Amino acid sequence: MQLSVAQGAGAVRVSPILQVRGLTKRFGPLEVLKGIDFAVAPQELVFVIGPSGSGKSTLLRCCNRLEDADSGSILLDGVELMDPKCDLNAMRRRIGMVFQSFNLYPHLTVLGNVTLAMRKVLGKSRREADEIGLAALDRVGLADKAAAYPAALSGGQQQRVAIARALCLNPKVMLFDEPTSALDPELVGSVLAVMRDLREAGMTMVVVSHEMRFAREAADRIVFMEAGCIVEEGPPEQIFSAPANARTRAFVAEIAR
Amino acid sequence: MELLRQQFFNIDVMVQAWPLILRGLGMTALLCLAVIPLGLLGGLAVAVASLSRSRLLRWTAKGFIDLFRALPPLVVLILLYSGLPFAGLRLTPFAAVCLAFLLNSSCFYGEIYRAGIESVGRGQWEAARSTGLSAAQTFTSVILPQAVRNVVPDLVSNTVEVVKLTSIASVVSFTEMLYAADMARSVTFNTSPIVLAAAIYLVILWPAVRLMSRFEHRVAA
Amino acid sequence: MTGFERFAESFFNPTLIGRYWPEIVSGMLITVEIALAVVATGIMLGFGLACVRSYRVLPLNAFIVVFVDVFRALPPLVLILILYFGLPNIGLNLSAFTVLWLVLSLVLAAFAEEILWAGILSVRKGQWDAARSTGLGFGQTLVSVILPQAVRLAIPPLTNRTIAITKNTALGSVIGVSEVIYQAQSAVSFSGNATPLMMAAIGYLLIFAPVVALGSFIERRFAWRRA
Ligand SMILES: Nc1ncnc2c1ncn2[C@@H]1O[C@H](COP(=O)(O)OP(=O)(O)O)[C@@H](O)[C@H]1O
Ligand SMILES: [Mg+2]
Repeated sequence: MQLSVAQGAGAVRVSPILQVRGLTKRFGPLEVLKGIDFAVAPQELVFVIGPSGSGKSTLLRCCNRLEDADSGSILLDGVELMDPKCDLNAMRRRIGMVFQSFNLYPHLTVLGNVTLAMRKVLGKSRREADEIGLAALDRVGLADKAAAYPAALSGGQQQRVAIARALCLNPKVMLFDEPTSALDPELVGSVLAVMRDLREAGMTMVVVSHEMRFAREAADRIVFMEAGCIVEEGPPEQIFSAPANARTRAFVAEIAR
Repeated sequence: MELLRQQFFNIDVMVQAWPLILRGLGMTALLCLAVIPLGLLGGLAVAVASLSRSRLLRWTAKGFIDLFRALPPLVVLILLYSGLPFAGLRLTPFAAVCLAFLLNSSCFYGEIYRAGIESVGRGQWEAARSTGLSAAQTFTSVILPQAVRNVVPDLVSNTVEVVKLTSIASVVSFTEMLYAADMARSVTFNTSPIVLAAAIYLVILWPAVRLMSRFEHRVAA
Repeated sequence: MTGFERFAESFFNPTLIGRYWPEIVSGMLITVEIALAVVATGIMLGFGLACVRSYRVLPLNAFIVVFVDVFRALPPLVLILILYFGLPNIGLNLSAFTVLWLVLSLVLAAFAEEILWAGILSVRKGQWDAARSTGLGFGQTLVSVILPQAVRLAIPPLTNRTIAITKNTALGSVIGVSEVIYQAQSAVSFSGNATPLMMAAIGYLLIFAPVVALGSFIERRFAWRRA
C-alpha cells in the first residue's frame, strides 16, 4: 500500500514502516479503540493529540503489544505483530518506547539501565554494551551521568536516559507517550531538544503530547483522536489553522488557550 | 490412601476426642483473653520506654527487646516454669505461660507501637501542645490513636502469631487445645485428634490470615 | 549460706557448668545446623513459589495461596506433632530432626513467599512495561528488573520473620531433637539444679543475639527509597 506523506518540500510516495489497520480494543465494557487505521512513513514524525481518555496511550501500547488489541492488524516493516507466531521480543526491540513516567530501573545505574536489554536480549558483552550505551548517553547529553543512579537525576535527565535506553537498540520506530507531561516546565526544553535531534537524524517517531509549539515546528502530520476514533489528520498548518472537523477545532482552541 | 484416611481423618476418633478438644479450645480461648491484653499493654509500656527522654529507660527497653527477640518463647517458658522453682518460686502452668507471653509479646507489640508512633509527624505534637494539651494528653488522645491506626495490619499479624503461640503452653502441661489433642492422640494411637485441632486453628485464624494478605498485597500503579 | 550464694549455687553452679558444657555446646551445634538448613530451604522454596506465582497460572496460584494460608495459620508445633506421630503410622519413618527441618522450612517458605510476592506486586507496573518494551522476555524482566527491587523491599520483613521462625528450632525438644533446650532439660533432671537452663539461655543468646543485631542493621541499611 502506498500513501502520501507531506514531508519537506512536497508529497512523496513511500511504503509505510508502521501500519495499523482496523485496530479495536476494549477494557471490559469500555470500547477504547474503535477500528483505528493509521500509518507512519519512514522518517516521519506523527503527532497524536486528543482529549484525555481518547485512547492515545492504548493505541501506542497496542503498537508494541504491551496491550493486546482485540482485532486488527499491526505491520512493522512488513511483519505482522498480531500474528501469534510473531517473535514479540524481537519485534519490540525494534520499537522504542518512552513513557510519561520515565520508568527507569531504580536499582541500576544510568549505564545499567541503558545496557540491560543489549546484554540480556542481544547477548552483547558488557564491554560492547557499555560502549554503545555510552554513545547513546552522549547523544542525549548525559555521558557524564553514566555511573549515577536514577534517583539522583532530574526528571528531564531521567527522561533523556529513557530515550537513550530505547535508542541503543536501534529501533525502526520510536513511540513517545506524553514524554514531557511529568516534567517541570523548565526541564521540558531539554527533552524536546533531544527529540528534535532524533528527528534531524531521520528517526521515525510517533509522539503523543500536548506540546503544541513543538508539534507545529517539528511534526509532519497531526492525528486527532477522540473517543477511540481518529477524527481528523493532516499537516500541522491544516489542523491548527483550518481544521475541517468541528470537534478538532474545539479541541485545538481549548489547547491553544 | 485408606490408611491415610484412617490415621489422619478418622471421623470416629475425632468424634471421640471432640469433648476433650472442645474443653481444650475453651482453655485456649481463656489463655488468649489473658495474654493478648497483657501483650498489648506491656507493648505499650515498652514503646513508651523506648521513646522516652530518659536514656536509662531507653537502654533498658532496648536491652529488653533485644533479649526477647533472641530468646525462643518456648525457652522463656521453660526457664520460668522449671527454673524459678529453684529460686523458691513455683508458678502454676497458667501463670508461667502468662508471664512468658507478657515478656515475649510485649517486645514484639512494643516494636510495632514504636513504628506507629514514629510514623505520626512532629507537627501533630506541636499542634496539640500549642492548644494547651499536656504531654500525656497529647500522647493518649492525639498521637496514640493515629499511631495505632497506622499499624493495625501489624497488630493483627502479631496477634495471630500470639494465638498460634499459645500452643506451646502444652509443653508445660497447660491443658489447652493442643495438649488435649495430643492426649487424645496418645490414648487412641491415632493422629486424627491433632488434625482436628489443626482444623480448628485453621477455622479461627484463616480469616485473619486472608485479611492480612489483603493488607500486604497492595498493587502498585 | 546467704541468699546470693544459694542463688548462685542453683543457677550458676561452676561444677555443673564444667560438667554440662559439652552437652550444651553440642545442642547449640544442632540448633545452628537446623536453623541454617531451614533458612536455606525455606527461603529458596518461598522465592521459587513467588516466582511461579508471578506467571499467574490459575490452578498453580490457587495451590500456592492455599499452601501459604495453611502454613501461616497453623501453629508449627501442631504440624510437628502431626508429622512426627502420624507419618510412622502410614509407614513413613522420618527422624525428629527431619520433621523439624521439614515443618519449619515449609512455614518459612510460606511466609517468604507472601513477603516476596508483596514486594513483586509493589514494584510499579511501568517497570514491566519499560522492560518488555525493550524486548526483555517475561522471565528476564522478572529476574533482572522486578526481583532486585522486590527483594530489597522484602529484606527487612523477611529478616524479622526468618529470625522468629528459626527460633522455633526449640520446638524440636518436644519430639526429642537434642538441641539446646532438650539437652538442658535432661541435664536439669539429672542434676536437680537450674544451672543447665541458664546455660541454655546463654547458648540461645550466643546464637541469636548476633542474628538479631544483624537484622536491625539490615533493616536500617535497606531503608531504601525508590526513584
Ligand atoms: N488497563 C486498563 N484497564 C481498564 N481501562 C483502561 C486501562 N487502560 C486504559 N483504560 C481506559 O481506556 C481509556 C483510554 O485510555 P488511554 O489510552 O490511557 O487514553 P489517553 O492516553 O488518550 O488519555 C480510558 O477511559 C481509560 O480509563
Ligand atoms: Mg495517556
